[in-house]
Amino acid sequence: MRLDILTKEAQPSPEQMQVYMQRYHDWVGGIAAQDKFVGGTGLSKEGKVLKFNDVMTDGPYAETKESIAGFITIRAKDLEEAVKMAKECPILKGEGNTVEVRQIVTRHNNP
Amino acid sequence: MQHTTLIPHLFRTEYRKIVSVLCRHFGLQQMEIAEDIASDTFLTAAETWPLKGIPPQPTAWLYQVAKNKTKNYLQRGLLFATKISRDIKSNSTERYEEEIDLSPQNVNDSQLQMMFAVCHPAISKEAQIGLSLRILCGFGIEEIADAFLTSKETINKRLFRAKEKLKEEKIHIELPPAAAMNERLEAVLSIIYLLFNEGYYSVSQNKTLRKDLCLEAMRLCTMLVENESTNKPAVNALLALMCFHASRFDARINEHGEHILYEEQNANLWNADLISKGGYFLNRAASGNELSKYHLEAGIAYWNTQKEDTKEKWENILYFYNRLLQIAYSPIAALNRTYALAKVNGKQAGIAAAEQLELTNNHFYFALLGELCTSVDGAKAKANYEKALGLAKTEADKAAIRAKLEKLHSDPD
Repeated sequence: MRLDILTKEAQPSPEQMQVYMQRYHDWVGGIAAQDKFVGGTGLSKEGKVLKFNDVMTDGPYAETKESIAGFITIRAKDLEEAVKMAKECPILKGEGNTVEVRQIVTRHNNP
Repeated sequence: MQHTTLIPHLFRTEYRKIVSVLCRHFGLQQMEIAEDIASDTFLTAAETWPLKGIPPQPTAWLYQVAKNKTKNYLQRGLLFATKISRDIKSNSTERYEEEIDLSPQNVNDSQLQMMFAVCHPAISKEAQIGLSLRILCGFGIEEIADAFLTSKETINKRLFRAKEKLKEEKIHIELPPAAAMNERLEAVLSIIYLLFNEGYYSVSQNKTLRKDLCLEAMRLCTMLVENESTNKPAVNALLALMCFHASRFDARINEHGEHILYEEQNANLWNADLISKGGYFLNRAASGNELSKYHLEAGIAYWNTQKEDTKEKWENILYFYNRLLQIAYSPIAALNRTYALAKVNGKQAGIAAAEQLELTNNHFYFALLGELCTSVDGAKAKANYEKALGLAKTEADKAAIRAKLEKLHSDPD
């Protein structure tokens, strides 16, 4: 899930944030209620980006407008079903936000 | 109290203590001896008390008899050993003088350690439950059979196999080391949780027995809370959860042992003391950074102690179910979550979410759809209730669904 929140003005108020979070939890809860939720990872907005030649920059979105808000792993019978579930993601109600659906090919440490 | 009621009462409270202390003394390899001595102690009481009257301090009497019986047993063993082996010089003529320690502290320690031994991951869940009921809760074989609606022979066989397993695995009666505590505690908590649920949702008609099961689960959990090394947030959360649920015990079952639905319960019968105790333990559970399923279920259970239908109540319940399903999916949690969703976002949203669950072999699923479709789509509500009726297994469930159908018929909107 990519979240477009580069400018201060575009950042939601705490009240809005609460509504967003509730919608998000309802969406994830709906997936979990179908026993299709595997796991999820939310990412902090702060971080470091390492690049070729020992270049290190602050923040994952120092040079790109987008930041990755998090990952969620679900169980779906095919890509089509996964896309159908992703379409319901409330993050898509925000302009500029995207949800990318990918199939897991291999898993590290978790066969 | 008459000896006819006093002895069963003391059996329930003291048998487990004597067995735990003796098991700790002898080791699990010889747990039959511990059980025999404890049973024999109660047999002596049952033979003596009707003739000589109840002793002034019945519990102390039992402990003394258990100590003597143990001493005699060990003495016999010693005599036997010295007779067949004349080479033993050191203590060949000494009497066996070691006292069995039945002080409150040792009784408590032994029971705690026994809890971890019985709920050892090497033992199957079913066996853990049986052993817990017998060894930790002092239930009679007949009571255990009644709780599981099975025969005494089945329970005896199950217990025998479980004890064999304890010996095979060479399990020691001890508290796990600190590094393994959380993991081992999880197994103990899951058994306590199962015991409680067995009492709370049991098919057995024996209301007293069911309540006893719940109280025993709470007692075991209280022991964990009272011990420093086991007093963890998840333990407090589980105790809070059980307090909240148990607060409705008298309101949710009528005198015939039949279930009374939540909406129809008399909230005056809810136990305010247990609700506030639940609040106390929930507060104690709110430390550390572990969020267990017991925390989430306790959160839901707390809101269920609030009878009033507020927006806040259902938003919170929905939130906790959303989180709970992510760490511990179960069909019943999925259905309850959907009910909460309908309370927050309306029946249409609830129906849409319910239809995605596809739990088509579960009568609660169709009962939920029936409920959500009521006053939205009467025909659909009826069709769903009828499907639920076809799938329901117990008479009580069928009766509840028929009542809903009749209500639908008389009040089609």
